[in-house]
Amino acid sequence: MKTDPVLQTFIIESSENVQEMENSLLQLETSPDDEDTINALFRAAHTIKGSAGIVGIDNVERFTHIVENVLEQVRLGEIKVTGDLIGLLLKCCDHIGRLVDILSEGEDKAGNPDLEFEGQSIMEQLTAYIVADKDDLPSAQKDTQGVAGERKEISSDNRMVETGNWHISLKFSRDVLRDGMDPLSFITYLSKLGEIAGLTTLHDAIPDAGEMDPESCYLGFEIDFRSDSDKQTIEDVFEFVQEDCEISILPLHSENKADPPVVGAAPEKQEQIKAFKAKEAKTIRVDTNKLDQLINMVGELVIANANIDQQAQRIRDNSLLESASALSRLVEDIRDRAMKVRMVPIGETFNRFKRVVRDISRNTGKDIELVISGGDTELDKGVIEKIGDPLMHLIRNSADHGIEEADERLALNKPGKGTIRLNAFQETGSIVIEVSDDGRGLNRSRIMNKAMERGIINPGQSLSDREMYDLIFEPGFSTAQKVTKVSGRGVGMDVVKRNIETLRGSVDVESHEGVGATVHIRLPLTMAIIDGFMVGVGPLFYVIPLDMVVECLELSEADRQASLKRNYADLHGKVLPFLRLRDLFNEQNGRPPYEHVVVVQYAGRKTGLVVDELHGEVQAVIKSLGRVYKDIKGVSGATILGDGTVALILDVPGLVQTAKRMRKV
Amino acid sequence: MKVNAEKNNGLCRLQIEGEMTISAATELKKSLLDNLANCSELEIDLSQVSEMDTTGFQLLFLVKREASLLNKVFRIISHSPKTLSVLKLYNMKDFFES
Repeated sequence: MKTDPVLQTFIIESSENVQEMENSLLQLETSPDDEDTINALFRAAHTIKGSAGIVGIDNVERFTHIVENVLEQVRLGEIKVTGDLIGLLLKCCDHIGRLVDILSEGEDKAGNPDLEFEGQSIMEQLTAYIVADKDDLPSAQKDTQGVAGERKEISSDNRMVETGNWHISLKFSRDVLRDGMDPLSFITYLSKLGEIAGLTTLHDAIPDAGEMDPESCYLGFEIDFRSDSDKQTIEDVFEFVQEDCEISILPLHSENKADPPVVGAAPEKQEQIKAFKAKEAKTIRVDTNKLDQLINMVGELVIANANIDQQAQRIRDNSLLESASALSRLVEDIRDRAMKVRMVPIGETFNRFKRVVRDISRNTGKDIELVISGGDTELDKGVIEKIGDPLMHLIRNSADHGIEEADERLALNKPGKGTIRLNAFQETGSIVIEVSDDGRGLNRSRIMNKAMERGIINPGQSLSDREMYDLIFEPGFSTAQKVTKVSGRGVGMDVVKRNIETLRGSVDVESHEGVGATVHIRLPLTMAIIDGFMVGVGPLFYVIPLDMVVECLELSEADRQASLKRNYADLHGKVLPFLRLRDLFNEQNGRPPYEHVVVVQYAGRKTGLVVDELHGEVQAVIKSLGRVYKDIKGVSGATILGDGTVALILDVPGLVQTAKRMRKV
Repeated sequence: MKVNAEKNNGLCRLQIEGEMTISAATELKKSLLDNLANCSELEIDLSQVSEMDTTGFQLLFLVKREASLLNKVFRIISHSPKTLSVLKLYNMKDFFES
């Protein structure tokens, strides 16, 4: 079941559709009468139900069916969109999402009584919304529209006809019912736009009893329709019918009626099909595995290229050097492009939090607005998938602890409505995501008390703001005075930090009491290939990400002598903490006559790394270390050099932290 | 969906319960035609139908047409709000009453 590709597609598509529903609902909250949004919402629900039916996921189909019924009535204007309804429908989204999640976890479909109970109770609430049947309008329709389709243009002109009288001919294909659509729904929906003055059901096509397939549709309709809507609006009713419907919409009393210019219609139709195809070709869904394989190959190519480069350098043949450098350029290009394929804008992830903030607003009674910017900043897909949880923590924290109650804010001369900002941008070699709020900020003295209570700092120890605020990332550290539903149990920030660090990123917080707090998350631009700076310690090679290297110095004899006792040096008159990689990695070989310091900078902190040799720039394809080596401090991965040697990639953020800690001791 | 048949001489009265929708269409077709074959007069009670889609409508139409081909009597004796609204929308109420 787990590996069934059809099911996988269903899971992916349904999650997207649930997201789509959620977005539409949030949009409806601000503009409750927007028909396009209602249609989008309906379409998403319909698609989920339809595909659930095809894949045979009964519980999803059953539940979504009820949701769709309610939405259909919303669409027909029989149910008004209210805040309560939106709230309930959001719950429905959650429920569908959970049902789908369970599938992806491969659990037994029938197994979860809690979920079933939840579904039951939501369904009951939904049913309460469904208006009692009216005689002239079937309310709980089975099926309605599908997706975009082909339209047959017979009328010669697209200009509006003033009479408002139309003749509509419909002929449905045999498969329309099997595809989950029903002519009934189209006609019901049509009747919302105007008055059906006359309708003839064409049933001649129903074959003899023996041949008749009960699941095929044999019907056609001739409809006289009175409406003030223009042709486009009427056409839009049938917009979703897939290729399987022939439709003609003729203005009545039109002189062209008897003489449809079929010739003129044909190229127009072709044009439409072409446009549709072009749109279709714009994106293509690719299995991430395939993409990873491709990137892996590009990685190998980079390594092979490095090898050729080395050989060319050795042979010193000019034309070979030239070819090698041309090849290098191409390989670099290909590398960059391959990496870009994995990049996706973070906007979609950001948008998800609108819902979170809305819910917290409701739960806490605070009025909070989420402002999103930089949504088109691109990040590696793998990073985007993992950044959601940490961001969720941060936003909950801001909403729950950062933003004050409305009256408290008013008393402080702040606007009653709190604002949380989510921003993303690119900064030399990394992506920065900021979560900021205009709430009360971090409370220095409370952090201090808490830290002393937990023995993290000693009384009388003076800390800079930055060091103080960094304390909130210590495990089990929460200064929230009250534990609420959303946060405050002290299991937040350290987890956030750990999650971000596994992405080779870092996090810090900036705060101004009474004005607000901002959390900066820094993430590496790419996950798989980096420009590195290679150094040697003993017989081994290490690679430092190039964009973190500031400068290289020779370790002076004085510092060298002193460094045996202390671990900081003098850099342009400033204290530079340093780490001896030799000691850190327990290198047994003898010390060389000269040693070098590579100064690295991370998140505004400089640290020196003492190494034996400098080897210069390399392109490093990051290979993750096996599980056994996962927890080794100071190393974040490995790479293979042109000649096949393995070099370890240094975990600079980790080393900077280590150096800081050693200095304190 | 459930079809309850009650037979009395040549008269057969069918009561259809539940959904006359695509999921039950094949079963319903067989049941309707089998019952029609074994009687001379077919009465259908639709009052317990909770849902009807176009497949249900087509089957009703088919049976009525089949009955007149075989010179048998076909009658719908009662409707549910759902079945009635479908017939009205398709403007076929009179057809089934004739």
